[in-house]
Amino acid sequence: MAAPQRRTDIGPPHFKEFLPPVIQKNYGDWKHHEVLSGGVMVHTANSGDKLWSVRVASPRLLSTDTIRDYAAMAEKYCGGYIRFTTRNNVEFLVSDEKNLEPLQKELNSKKYMMGGIGPRISNIVHTQGWIHCHSAASDASGIVKVLMDEFADYFTTKETPNKVRLAVACCVNMCGAVHCSDIAVVAIHRKVPTIDHDKVKNMCEIPSTIAACPTGAISPEPSKKSVKINADKCMYCGNCFTVCPPIEIHDPEYDGVAIVVGGKVGNLRSNPKFSKLAIPFIKNNPPRWPEVTAAVKKILDAYIAGAEKHERVGEWIERIGWEKFFKITGLPFTFQHIDDFVVARETFRTAATFKW
Amino acid sequence: MPKKYETPLLDELEKGPFPSFVTEIKKAAARSDMAADELGQLEKSYRDKRGYWKHGGIVGVRGYGSGVIGRYSSLADQFPDVANFHTVRINCTSGFFYTSKFLKEMCDIWDKYGSGLTNLHGSTGDLVLLGTNTENLEPIFAEFSSRGWDLGGSGSALRTPSCCVGPARCEWSNIDTLGITYSVTQEFQDEMHRPAFPYKFKIKTAGCAVDCIASIARADLSIIGTWKGKIAVDQGEVANYAKKGMKIQEEIVNKCPSKCMSYDGKELKIDDDNCVRCMHCIAKMTKALKPTGEKGATILMGSKAPFVIGATLSWVIVPFMKLEEPYDELKDLIRKMWEFWDEHGKNRERIGELVIRKGMREFLEFIGIDPVPQQVKEPRRDPFFFWTEADLQK
Repeated sequence: MAAPQRRTDIGPPHFKEFLPPVIQKNYGDWKHHEVLSGGVMVHTANSGDKLWSVRVASPRLLSTDTIRDYAAMAEKYCGGYIRFTTRNNVEFLVSDEKNLEPLQKELNSKKYMMGGIGPRISNIVHTQGWIHCHSAASDASGIVKVLMDEFADYFTTKETPNKVRLAVACCVNMCGAVHCSDIAVVAIHRKVPTIDHDKVKNMCEIPSTIAACPTGAISPEPSKKSVKINADKCMYCGNCFTVCPPIEIHDPEYDGVAIVVGGKVGNLRSNPKFSKLAIPFIKNNPPRWPEVTAAVKKILDAYIAGAEKHERVGEWIERIGWEKFFKITGLPFTFQHIDDFVVARETFRTAATFKW
Repeated sequence: MPKKYETPLLDELEKGPFPSFVTEIKKAAARSDMAADELGQLEKSYRDKRGYWKHGGIVGVRGYGSGVIGRYSSLADQFPDVANFHTVRINCTSGFFYTSKFLKEMCDIWDKYGSGLTNLHGSTGDLVLLGTNTENLEPIFAEFSSRGWDLGGSGSALRTPSCCVGPARCEWSNIDTLGITYSVTQEFQDEMHRPAFPYKFKIKTAGCAVDCIASIARADLSIIGTWKGKIAVDQGEVANYAKKGMKIQEEIVNKCPSKCMSYDGKELKIDDDNCVRCMHCIAKMTKALKPTGEKGATILMGSKAPFVIGATLSWVIVPFMKLEEPYDELKDLIRKMWEFWDEHGKNRERIGELVIRKGMREFLEFIGIDPVPQQVKEPRRDPFFFWTEADLQK
């Protein structure tokens, strides 16, 4: 059978077609909401109408089988209406309270994990990793899986001082929001890339390859119609590999992950913050990266023990001071922790006030 | 009968309470050779501790330069069904709302023409169809577009705009985040589908400063809802929060960044003139506190991940803009920003990097925005500044 007639530049359908009637009726007119449990909240409109949202974890990578199952449950309990969150959770939108219990019962019986609402660990924003990316220095989905297995109770029931946003990026491109997360894992390289000069000649544009380097380490190598890399300047970011594939950066023996902490995007209480380096390197140890889980747990436990209510990880660390953070967690402080890139001088301590 | 691989390492990731992506790939692999080869190659990656995907080449649907990301296996002889295994980005709905009817149709199309694997959603917000062959791209596009769905952005183009849940299900939204996202997406279809920019451009819209879409960290243009007016206080509800155990002095007043609140055990007072609208008190006492007055958005620009000059957060360019249909002021601003970028931007230079390189003055003058203190944390500390001839004549 021939394919149907294609259309171009029509854009997505209007969202109103996908809103449940209770939302269409109360659009922009919600009064308040209450978190009923880790996985259920209820919104009340000024009209008195209510909408219950049941949030369920997903691995983000979904087969059509699982999506069909979501669709079937949405039909059974939600009039067919369902949404996804920015952190890859699924939300069943229940307009009729009597469907709330049976939906939760079915979700439980199928071992779906309800949670992620309120001061808890929500699902982990992450990237493609070895599943589908050319520049991955580690896998993302695998690390997400082991971290969420470890912290499952903090997704479903247990509370933290405030929400804890985790992220995993499989390279420093950071397609996941690692640079502004409470605790995040970012995969890194640690060796100067090798250059296949014959291929560079045919495959790469020399000026854009040079411009791709954040530290100016790449310069022309005219005799080979290629480029050379100043090893003293290279910070192994791999951007040159992205624009010029014959510059090979992958190195299974030396690639691994770093852990950064203390970032946030919300403006609540304190301004949005970048994540900062806590652990410069942990080797890749698939399939379950036990050293990564242990490191994140150490930081999370210290935060839970030390933070005031409503403090995010970064706010807690700023209150106690970074020197205290390293003391409490016992994480070693190394040369890698002292910035020598573009904002270095803003990070040096220009005061005589600090803790022992 | 599809192919089958032994996957002892990946099998370890089917254990534990959190839903397993390996289980998902196996479900698809029971029907699809593409998904089976994906699984086989992934097991090899886990064994060798490295990825085996190559860069995208130029691949797509007729008339479009974006929406499809080319992906090729570097182990095509071992895993021939993922020799080419491209991503198709379908533009999500505003707010990520769907019906079961659409999801089932999407699954039918994808089972017929692709691996049966998806991402709901990709980092930018697209519905990601993960892995199909080059020859399936046109039929997939025809199936989706004939049903009213289009491709999202990729490459040096406007990327699929996205937003928080906004007024659809949140009492804090100061703007129609879904409406803005839909309107901007429709307005700039050409800029999304035919890459003509120096690099990618992302637009994210949040209804308030809680910023559930991370616009301030992840968008070249960040639109964050805000208000000009008082926070209305329902003292009865304040008392209810206190009765239920909230320590209002400690949890609310002491956490206020501008110290504009006081509480004497009975009445919560807010000095609205000194409020910076951070959302902490409102988020924690949603039944008691409501912003009133004029609603609009703060427009910021320039955030991105580390490449090339280090990660940036978006900075304020327009402290307050009213945002009402058809959003002409916003769209004109976007066009002016693109004009500046088009004129001065280098290949692979994000607009924020360009503005840092050229200076805010040149940018603000170009887009016709006056300097105001809300755009900076503090004035410059050095004595090195420019005077134009016009400045000297003032």
